[in-house]
Amino acid sequence: MTGPLLAVDLPAGRVLPVVAAPDPVLSTPCVDVDPRDPSVAQLAADLLATQRVSPGCVGLAANQVGVGWRMFSVDVSAHPKARTHHGAYVLVNPQVQEASRNERGREGCMSVPDFTGDVKRATRLVVRGLEPVTGRELIVATDAFEARCLQHELDHLSGLLFLDRVAGAHAIYPRQTYQEGGPGSVG
Amino acid sequence: MPQLAVTVLGHDRPGIIAAVTGALAGLGGNLEDSSMTRLRGHFAMTLIVAGSGTAAEVEAALAPAVPDLLVSVREVPEEGEPEAVGSPYLLTVHGADRPGIVSAVTSVLADAGGNVTDLTTRLAGRLYLLVVEVELPASCDVEALTGRLAATARDLGVEASLRPAEADVL
Repeated sequence: MTGPLLAVDLPAGRVLPVVAAPDPVLSTPCVDVDPRDPSVAQLAADLLATQRVSPGCVGLAANQVGVGWRMFSVDVSAHPKARTHHGAYVLVNPQVQEASRNERGREGCMSVPDFTGDVKRATRLVVRGLEPVTGRELIVATDAFEARCLQHELDHLSGLLFLDRVAGAHAIYPRQTYQEGGPGSVG
Repeated sequence: MPQLAVTVLGHDRPGIIAAVTGALAGLGGNLEDSSMTRLRGHFAMTLIVAGSGTAAEVEAALAPAVPDLLVSVREVPEEGEPEAVGSPYLLTVHGADRPGIVSAVTSVLADAGGNVTDLTTRLAGRLYLLVVEVELPASCDVEALTGRLAATARDLGVEASLRPAEADVL
């Protein structure tokens, strides 16, 4: 399916500063949280608000704004590489259910603003997670760029950066500025 | 027939490769292998050249072609393609920059019998990044090596991840 997934009203989101590597919060595995906790709903809104004002950003993990909780926001709907997409949403305590058909692609990251890299990711993906506020289970079955984005964000929650998965010594590229719609900007 | 190892290094500008390889071609030299890249604003070329004459002749031909660059030419014995000694792995290390990261990490790999086949380092702001392609011998206990790398990374205050390199043959 393609279309909005998030069906709850969130509080007004605040734009938070995004932390950059080598900040240790990016290398520390995040912990599960209660999706019904009001502070989780607030952080969900903050992630979406921060992502929205960040050029080229299609996903943002909680630890990228300095909070070690297992949740992230995603919105690839405006990205030209997206095929299936589910609008703007937040998943809490997400888990990969199925992953297949690996392909190499270029990724960047708001927390690694000076590099991009080639990373192999599954292009068919099913991820399970909880909706903020309701705690309802959401299942995202997707492909292509949204699948890549979800795996990138899931890695953040495990304390990993795309740098930990680059395909070789020459699969890292310098990037002078974080460009809007740049090569595979992920989050 | 001996080959020549040619290194050229200096302030980057347009035309370095054209000038160097033009001079080598003029001597009948063949580029057997090369690595050319920009390192912090310096352009660095390392070439293996065959059939171009003696080291002195090549150095004399290159000096006027790129007078602003450091040129060194040495004879080297011909080497065949090295046989893989084991399985290819990739190691990423990243963290706050400090002296000694590369030496500490590559010492751990060397102690395990690992042979580094390619290595890139990058520095941007405070973030230091090292990506190593390494062949590990069949006798290597990869789990134990991963543990030693993690301990070394902890001492350095950086992150290390070792994983098998995917070698898809199509």
